[in-house]
Amino acid sequence: MTHAHFLDPYRPRASLIHALDPRVKFLLAVGFILAAALTPPAAWAAYILLAALALAATVLSELGVGYVLRRSGLALPFVLAAFPVLFTLDGAALLHFRLGPLVLTLSDAGLVRFVSIALKSWLSVQAAIVLAGTTPFPELLLAMRSLRIPRLLVAIIGLMWRYLFVLADEALRLMRARAARSAAAAEPGRRVGGTVAWRARVTGGMAGNLFLRSFDRADRIYNAMAARGYDGEVRMLPIPRVPLGQRVLVGLALAGLALVVLLGYLL
Amino acid sequence: MFLSVQPMHIPDGFLSVAVSVLLWLLSVAAIAYALQRVNRELGERQVPLMGVLAACIFAGQMLNFSVTGGTSGHLMGAAIATILLGPWAAIIVMTAVVSVQALIFQDGGLLALGANLFNMGVIGVTVSYFAYHTLRRLTGDKPWSIIVSGFVAAWLSIFIASLAVALQLAVSGTSPANVAVAAMGGVHALIGIGEGLITAGALAFLLATRRDLVGAGAPRGESSRTVWLGGLAIAALLAVLAPLASAHPDGLEWVAEQSGFLDRAQGPLYNIIPDYLLPGVSNEALSTILAGIIGLLIVAGVTLAVGQSRRRRASEGETK
Amino acid sequence: MHHTIEVAALSFAYPDGHRALQDISLHIAPGEKVALLGPNGAGKSTLLLHLNGILRTQAGQVKVCGLEVTEKTLGQVRAAVGLVFQNPDDQLFSPTVFDDVAFGPIYQGLSAADVRRRVDEALAAVHMSDYKARVSHHLSTGEKKRIAIATVLSMGPEILALDEPTAGLDPRARRGLLRLLAELPQTMLVATHDIRMVLELLPRTVIMDRGVIVADGPSAEILADAALLAEHGLEVY
Repeated sequence: MTHAHFLDPYRPRASLIHALDPRVKFLLAVGFILAAALTPPAAWAAYILLAALALAATVLSELGVGYVLRRSGLALPFVLAAFPVLFTLDGAALLHFRLGPLVLTLSDAGLVRFVSIALKSWLSVQAAIVLAGTTPFPELLLAMRSLRIPRLLVAIIGLMWRYLFVLADEALRLMRARAARSAAAAEPGRRVGGTVAWRARVTGGMAGNLFLRSFDRADRIYNAMAARGYDGEVRMLPIPRVPLGQRVLVGLALAGLALVVLLGYLL
Repeated sequence: MFLSVQPMHIPDGFLSVAVSVLLWLLSVAAIAYALQRVNRELGERQVPLMGVLAACIFAGQMLNFSVTGGTSGHLMGAAIATILLGPWAAIIVMTAVVSVQALIFQDGGLLALGANLFNMGVIGVTVSYFAYHTLRRLTGDKPWSIIVSGFVAAWLSIFIASLAVALQLAVSGTSPANVAVAAMGGVHALIGIGEGLITAGALAFLLATRRDLVGAGAPRGESSRTVWLGGLAIAALLAVLAPLASAHPDGLEWVAEQSGFLDRAQGPLYNIIPDYLLPGVSNEALSTILAGIIGLLIVAGVTLAVGQSRRRRASEGETK
Repeated sequence: MHHTIEVAALSFAYPDGHRALQDISLHIAPGEKVALLGPNGAGKSTLLLHLNGILRTQAGQVKVCGLEVTEKTLGQVRAAVGLVFQNPDDQLFSPTVFDDVAFGPIYQGLSAADVRRRVDEALAAVHMSDYKARVSHHLSTGEKKRIAIATVLSMGPEILALDEPTAGLDPRARRGLLRLLAELPQTMLVATHDIRMVLELLPRTVIMDRGVIVADGPSAEILADAALLAEHGLEVY
């Protein structure tokens, strides 16, 4: 049986961070990312403090430092988008490259900007990884509701998450069936089974097939919902309040992050 | 393998706070309006339908085909969602997809989510809608017209959304506009072909099996007028931003400098702290060293505490 | 006489013209356990969908617990008839087991405390009390089927209408489910192909074919009639 378990990044542990209210974790993660964004370029002291906080959260979460660092590499390819600033910002020249008729000059200001962007991005993604790794998705839905995201949208996202796994299984089966029919196509880099356009068409057919099944499934789910009294209005149980201790924690943590940002401007 | 980062999802750290907040506001407004519209048009079936189709787009993004060597083509989905569901439902579906990608898979940042929602949801859907229905009106109601219109809409949705990404990066001072626009546009002109081919293939399949599904997203009176207005607004925004960003690669920072904001903001603060605390060591180096020491202490303290609590839990587990 | 389920001269055609039910009449007394047999496409699922108003009557009448199924009585009817669908992945549409079992009671307008109590009771009834916080996707098919039954038990139904409850189960999960169904006190109408389950659990059998009822009587008698079974594509194995 094919199962898309790999899609769920939540890793159950008995850590302190796992025990926090999902709303608290969400606010802390977003606060951290906002702090990283607000910190000016080249505020190395502030970056070091933020990195220490991210690492401390990772250790506290017991997700495994290696796991978080490996996953945090995911966002790195996007750094290419910031690559040109190395050569286009004005500043003291560090190096010259000759590319045919083009001369590229690496400036110190460009280097500082580039490294700052890469660091901020890397730190932010760590916060997001710890959040997703320590919070089961249903609890994230709860956090969304208390952030005043319309219940309708929360219900849609909840349903999507539930059927993501079911449909991912279906998509995997479709791809496996395709691989079984075109013997060597699974081998990477080999052009088997016709032209690119033909392969795209086959893939498109699979996508169409997936859509078709989804429409039918939506009908059946609607029946199941209606059978239990669903009338089009989204109703949910009230959410309990965040415990006082954790409220204080959020206040302190956000104040601390604000201090780090301030330090970034001062020093 | 399934978690490949698509160059369309902007991670955190690449956009300035001002750009992030502005795009959050625009996206929230568009999504709120779309929710209202969907509520009116689909009624009580909307939750299961939107939810399952969002899951479908998500799963559909896993379907890929090898183009050549290591690269592969796959789906973003804004165009096919727009064609099958109409613009409002498509915006909601893309909102669900892009949000969960950011929250769960770190595909795109959280602060940058507003921008990603705007690019892939609002822009992707609006462009698809424009392109698809304009072409359909020109070419009529034949199957090939649907498939070709779908291809073009999908390609354009990717291409235009990538231009928007480039502009946002430029305005944030992350990438100079002249380079970013050319690079993003160039790469996505290619990626868009994959999107177009898959979209066309999906439409061909649905036309052959369930023709009725393909007509569902057709424009209806007032609905289309709002989308046209939205499209015009986006076009106008891009038209204003593009030259501004190209002329001043540093975007907002340039604006800040011009208004003297940076000087006023930072000048007095610098004066509070003497330039040198220790002879021969610059203030900056000192603060960096200090930060390093504090950081080490935090991490070491936490590591020790976690290690101890783990040992305690382990010994408790044994005694039980 | 008052019956729990009273179907009189019910006919139904789908929009594409397919006539799924033709002049169906069926009475089921309180506490009765009835099997609904017939080949695929015989109209079994269509009949079940009428029992709590998912499909509206086009001709004839459906009464549940003395209430005629109409727009007005829909809320009461849906609480009285627990409809368990064939594919538990369609029935379990919420992120967690708790959310799914709580769904019905929430739409019945119960207070938060009552909803929680109903969830606990329903999960205890299907022996799945530990599964409250679990995510449906990670459950086995047998576990999903049990939770699916709990999602309607939480509404306090008098009637359970089950569509293929044992389909797709391995022998052990099937055995566990049969034991569970035997424990439940509700009136039951079970659409199935599982004839051994019928013999074991359901004393009365109704056979449908092409939208009409072709036989109705004690299961032992009907299932002994090899000619009748063969005629409608059924066999005892």
